[in-house]
Amino acid sequence: MTRLRYVYAVCRPFDAALQAQLTGVAGDPPRMLNHRGLVAVVSHVPEGDFAEAPLRQHLEDLDWLTGTARAHQGVIDALTAVTTPLPLRLGTVFRDDSGVRVMMEAREEAFRRTLDRLAGRVEWGVKVYAENEPSEPSEPVEQPADRPASGRDYLRRRRMQTRAHENMWEQAEEFAGRLHATLSDYAEDARLHAPQNSALSGTSGQNVLNAAYLVPRGHSEEFVEVVDRTKDDVPGMRVELTGPWAAYSFVEEVENVGDTGERT
Amino acid sequence: MSMASRMPEPYGQNGGANLADILERVLDKGVVIAGDIRINLLDIELLTVKLRLIVASVDKAKEMGIDWWETDPALSSGARRDELARENAELRERLARLEPELESGRSSGRTHAEKEGE
Repeated sequence: MTRLRYVYAVCRPFDAALQAQLTGVAGDPPRMLNHRGLVAVVSHVPEGDFAEAPLRQHLEDLDWLTGTARAHQGVIDALTAVTTPLPLRLGTVFRDDSGVRVMMEAREEAFRRTLDRLAGRVEWGVKVYAENEPSEPSEPVEQPADRPASGRDYLRRRRMQTRAHENMWEQAEEFAGRLHATLSDYAEDARLHAPQNSALSGTSGQNVLNAAYLVPRGHSEEFVEVVDRTKDDVPGMRVELTGPWAAYSFVEEVENVGDTGERT
Repeated sequence: MSMASRMPEPYGQNGGANLADILERVLDKGVVIAGDIRINLLDIELLTVKLRLIVASVDKAKEMGIDWWETDPALSSGARRDELARENAELRERLARLEPELESGRSSGRTHAEKEGE
């Protein structure tokens, strides 16, 4: 069966070995494809799963997507431990090695520039959750019994509820804003991402800050300490730290320079 | 991957990362390259319907600044929409009930406020 080339990342050549048992997407261990002083990290994947039609179908399957996303991230993680990879978006697939080489040549300059910019940096994710809904008299789901008096009461209750919500958001906004300002001072760069939906992330509380910070490896410990220190500042606010990630959120220069026009 | 020598231990291997953290990075961040296999992730129904809830575009997040949660539709989760829909239905029902009362109040020469004050 024909094997396609799934590309995880581009990086500079490195000496360290990756984990021996590391399996990439479709169970194929990542391989290094050297070309003109850069390395593309690729897996061989079956055409039956990664050609356009089957890939499109697979992406609709949350289990398949989850497995593939974790495998992709696993390889990026392993690379991050030994070098500074430029992570490519999930599902970047070429017909053969020469297709990968052509792509690397076309983007060589931008790759080098971004690799220089990000060298030795990692990304830390910080999320703030507002843990508690404001305490308020729980609004009864319309009882026929309270009908006559409730028109005005109803509106009054709605107003109070809205105000309590606004207070909570104000407090959350202030805390998140302050934390973001502090962390931005420690980081070289920062990105704000859209808040996550709690139902899908499986966490409690309302996500009010979802940010990424670009931090030199050497300063990471300090950065983590700053996050830890602010954690318990305000009751009802939960701070979550993830990382170190490859600098996923800070690669965009490459997208703007010499992109072939396809913007997903 | 052990990075104990260089990185703070508890956070190694993205221990605290949930699936949404991983998906928002591998699907929405990272270098976009049109490979030989052309897949526009936004065309995928699942991604637009489900994952758009957790993953909004970088550009939009940038525009939004620090007070995005007040305006971001990504915040209006299913639960919130349900709440709005329920509230809407409630209000409509209430209105439907009040209107006849208002009518009868008018026809007997009283205002609704007087009636409610009883």
